[in-house]
Amino acid sequence: MEVGQMQRRLVDYTKSLFMEGFLDGQFSQLQQLQDESNPDFVVEVVSLFFDDSEKLLNDLAIALDQPNVDFKRVDAHVHQLKGSSSSIGAQRVKNACIAFCNFCKQHNIESCLRCLQQVKQEFYLVKNKLETLFRLEQQIVGAGGSIPVMEMGF
Amino acid sequence: MVLGKGASSSLSKKMVDGAEEMVNNNNFTALVVDDDPLIRVLHDMYLRKFGLKAQVVENGKMAVDLFHVGATFNLILMDKEMPVMDGAEATKQLRAMGVNSMIVGVTSRDLSFEKEAFMEAGLDLCFEKPLTPEKISFILQELNKNNNN
Repeated sequence: MEVGQMQRRLVDYTKSLFMEGFLDGQFSQLQQLQDESNPDFVVEVVSLFFDDSEKLLNDLAIALDQPNVDFKRVDAHVHQLKGSSSSIGAQRVKNACIAFCNFCKQHNIESCLRCLQQVKQEFYLVKNKLETLFRLEQQIVGAGGSIPVMEMGF
Repeated sequence: MVLGKGASSSLSKKMVDGAEEMVNNNNFTALVVDDDPLIRVLHDMYLRKFGLKAQVVENGKMAVDLFHVGATFNLILMDKEMPVMDGAEATKQLRAMGVNSMIVGVTSRDLSFEKEAFMEAGLDLCFEKPLTPEKISFILQELNKNNNN
């Protein structure tokens, strides 16, 4: 595949992530922070998000599995995940966290467990999507092309 | 205080008139206090893009300890929930020490009473995460006003 085609494929794929709500304008802000002196900034930050989130999801599963659930701890973990997901623009993860927070306040274990599954699902979806995005970028750079700058118009 | 998320094109367009000149002329320093490494990296980068020199620490106690050994910062971005010492306690201790840096709370908590409780600890401003160029421009404008008074 020639570079121009790869670039068009990347643009279309990126647009689809925004249109489907996986990403919001905060991800565009992240891309604008990347420059020649920090060429891997987006990958670095998103990798931190992946690592953070896997740990938090694991901690949440453990917290909700206790005989006496500490909802304050559950709530703290969910808020941390909400903060990091909103900071990188992972909109659907953030929205799933917002719903989760509400059920934490109600001390509803069953609903919290359902929310945890929803958050996990959204997290692994966006992880997969972003890994695909980064692979497409690497293919373009590997072929000697440059990553097109996209104005997402938020 | 909550600002709208706003549209985004380039960072330079988001710098409110005067913010860039103010940062270039004053060599402001900033401290990022957050237990989340992602947030530390992100806020550090935002501040550097706006021309501030930033240091990062991972909890409130480390922030307080820095001031105890004589460090000074014009601006502190303080997370609310951190292990060892949270943002509210760290803010109270810093104010009790006589620290008059601008302290801006940054939290994932969105309920007004939660933000108000954080403000009462001694913050100048409090924003919901995520920080955006618009919020940072606003903070720098306020910092400049304080600096001129």
